[in-house]
Amino acid sequence: MQTESRLRVKIGLEVHCQLTALKTKLFCSCSSDYRSSEPNEKICPVCFGLPGTLPVLNAKAVEYATMISLALNGTVANRSIFYRKNYFYPDLPKGFQISQYDKAGGVPIASSGFVQIEGKKVRITRIQLEEDPGKLSYEGTIDKSSHSLVDYNRAGIALVEIVTEPDIEDAREAKVFLEKLRSTIESLGVSNGELDGAMRCDANISLAGGARVEVKNISSFKEVEKALNYEILRQRTFSGNAASETRHWDERRSITIALRSKEEEQDYRYFPEPDLRPVVLEPGAIDGVRKAMPEGEDAKASRYTKDFRISPQLAKELAADKALSTYFDKCAELHHGYQEMAGLIVGGFSGDAMSEGRAATPEEFVELVRMIESSSITRAQAKEALRESLRTGKPVRKVVELRNLSAVVDEGAIAAVIEKVVAARPEALAEARSDKKAFSYLVGQVLKEEPKAQPGVVAKLLARRLRK
Amino acid sequence: MKSQPSVGPHHVPSMVSKGEMSAEEYIGSIFDRIERLDSRLHAYLQLNREGALAKARELDRRAKKGERLGRLAGMGVAVKDIICVRSLQATCGSKILVGFNPPYSATAIRRIEQEDGIILGKTNLDEFGMGNTTQNSAFGPTLNPWDVARVPGGSSGGSAAAVAAGMASVALGTDTGGSIRCPASFCSVVGLKPTYGRVSRYGLIPYANSLEQIGPMGREAESVSLLFDAIAGHDPEDATSAREPVRPATGGGLKGLRIGRIKEFFGEGAQPRVKERVLDGCAKLETLGAEAEETSISSLPYSLAVYYIIAMAEASSNLSRYDGVRYGLSLEKGTADWNTAFARTRSEGFGEEVKRRILLGTFVLSAGYYEAYYVRAQKVRALLTQEFALVFKKFDALLGPTMPVLPPKLGEKVSPLEDYLIDINTVAANLTGLPAISIPCGFVDGLPVGMQVIAPRFREDVLLKVATVFGGEQGLKSPPLAEAA
Repeated sequence: MQTESRLRVKIGLEVHCQLTALKTKLFCSCSSDYRSSEPNEKICPVCFGLPGTLPVLNAKAVEYATMISLALNGTVANRSIFYRKNYFYPDLPKGFQISQYDKAGGVPIASSGFVQIEGKKVRITRIQLEEDPGKLSYEGTIDKSSHSLVDYNRAGIALVEIVTEPDIEDAREAKVFLEKLRSTIESLGVSNGELDGAMRCDANISLAGGARVEVKNISSFKEVEKALNYEILRQRTFSGNAASETRHWDERRSITIALRSKEEEQDYRYFPEPDLRPVVLEPGAIDGVRKAMPEGEDAKASRYTKDFRISPQLAKELAADKALSTYFDKCAELHHGYQEMAGLIVGGFSGDAMSEGRAATPEEFVELVRMIESSSITRAQAKEALRESLRTGKPVRKVVELRNLSAVVDEGAIAAVIEKVVAARPEALAEARSDKKAFSYLVGQVLKEEPKAQPGVVAKLLARRLRK
Repeated sequence: MKSQPSVGPHHVPSMVSKGEMSAEEYIGSIFDRIERLDSRLHAYLQLNREGALAKARELDRRAKKGERLGRLAGMGVAVKDIICVRSLQATCGSKILVGFNPPYSATAIRRIEQEDGIILGKTNLDEFGMGNTTQNSAFGPTLNPWDVARVPGGSSGGSAAAVAAGMASVALGTDTGGSIRCPASFCSVVGLKPTYGRVSRYGLIPYANSLEQIGPMGREAESVSLLFDAIAGHDPEDATSAREPVRPATGGGLKGLRIGRIKEFFGEGAQPRVKERVLDGCAKLETLGAEAEETSISSLPYSLAVYYIIAMAEASSNLSRYDGVRYGLSLEKGTADWNTAFARTRSEGFGEEVKRRILLGTFVLSAGYYEAYYVRAQKVRALLTQEFALVFKKFDALLGPTMPVLPPKLGEKVSPLEDYLIDINTVAANLTGLPAISIPCGFVDGLPVGMQVIAPRFREDVLLKVATVFGGEQGLKSPPLAEAA
């Protein structure tokens, strides 16, 4: 029988994110747009590793990596160094990868960040800039193919590697983390995770007390949850302890395959890249990047709660969607009913509708919000008007007029509806005196009977009725 | 035309520009000499006869039209076969690169061509620059024009022999631990290793990136100056290239020049008669106005160990790319798994010395040894650099024998360690990035002796001035073999 601690899972992730917004590769001026190219079409003597060529660092890549580092709450190094990671592999044109390192005197571009998810922090160990290798193609599967084909188009593409501490406890949490990471990076406009292979992941998994197993070749975030669930199950059902090893995720068959044991693990012989100077970022330059970069999701949410007094949950939802928060920011310049506007935007729009551009203008939207505030329409009616406006393309005000939307403000009329509802459910009335849920149920029933009623007014009148 | 004009190569550009000399005839006469002499010396691995003559004819046509020609107009440049010249095979003296024709030229080559210099061909070298005799070439050794029983030095032995024997106006060498200065000394020519970062390394196939530079070699200091001016300067394609402006060579004498004779350079390992010649040379500099005094750099004895650790570490990584997948020698392609194919290609493609250095370099970078070797070597390197900087507060130039010995006999059996030991005086300039020059400094039993002068960073002008003044006094001698040709 396995003990509880034996079952506890620790997962650390290594995420590779291509800086797809760059026009050129990390160390040469080849186009970074290789996805629609024929194999080995987007290469030059530098990224093909011909002898005598030298790398020249893409300054924009440093700026983008700095943005990511800051958005992930990392400490950006004032002086970071490129290292050579030496190993033989056919997709590696120079026999080494120009990367960064945090041991052997190495300093990566950033260290010690974190990503906040579901009330916990996943700590980031380090963030580093490196070049992507080329890509091998196999006929059939990796273990059955008789030969490999190499495409060097990807070689030299700028990658940011983000390494986490083993703070993740299950596959679902890994997925939540990766989604948060992806939206954070995408909101900076430096990488597009939609592109095939733009964001990839290796995972280190250990069942506490057991050995660490590394799973490589997880080609997309979608695959991560599958791969982790498979691997956790495999390790749990393993008789005895799982071996410390590196495994390969076979996407087609949805299983992990042993690649090599840790004893066979390579010694990468890291040492400073002599062809490149250290990357020097003065504090002023880092501040410059910070000021120029788009606001991150977490920063935005906290700004909403702090400056606009929007409830934390709503602020988080609003900040998580770039289109919605941009819309909100415009409306916030026109009107001060922040909580009302935020609620209506999150409840009334989907991000897609926003990006399709058929939504009400901020001016029209603010007009609608004023109607709610003056009790001339209900919140439910406002949402209905927004949705219909989106669907039909008609201006919101027109929809309100045409549908003759207006709130019932006559308390006598609402009281009459309450009587009708209570009469039908006398037992509910008694329960509602002591039970909040029952009270809410009754309010809902009244609104169902009279959708134009203001929920606040209904609650007030119902409470009065209960005291009778 | 049988023999080349009896003018120093540095006069060629102005004569060709003015139409006083035909570039075609001049270059033709160089190829004639190559034909007569190089079957014995084996300085060249590959000739660019057609390309060179075509370029020479073009220069003559342009001169006739009164066009302004570049400052190297008509000079024939021999290029060490570790520097890429577009569409000429680049072998690095290794079997592993046979068939590799780079689709680009080194920045230094492009600048030479812009200045209307003419590329004559590619010269022999120790494989990947690893050696000091040019015997470690996969294509056979180059012989010393002063005594064909002896080595020309290395690794730029082909370039040194070519200029010494008049088979080139000037030449490009590369210097990682003395590879320009050693053969310059053994062949009695002037060879300059520039300050690290002074000449772009783009297109130089690397042996040890943090140590090496491309540099000019020639029989006279004036032509070395011309070639240096053409190739020096910042290059955006080399991130380690310096932005410091190039100092123009100045005329004038040596009056007031403070020279430090480095005690350690005249150590026990140096042959007494070599030391004598260099002391004579130093005395002559004093008669020309310089003030010389003995000084010491205490960490110099460590420089050899430090050099070999760093050079081999970098080499082991640089040479990883020769796996047979993309270019050059490729064995077992498609017939074995890739590890086997890599191993076969590399085992058969590399020579003994290259393999020795890859193994040692791999060892010093390995986990558990990295701190003890590589990191410590870098610390001593920093110390050495500081010590030189301190000494340069007192002196304008430092001096000693370039090589502590006379050119060894071809095929002389020495252990690798003994072989490494003769680099004792040259490696410090590479470790510290300082510019250094070897200047012909007389003979012992008919064999050349070289005097090394080291200057502060970016002060090649000081070195070239010393070489020009000293060389003017010394006069120019030709090897008997070349005289006869």
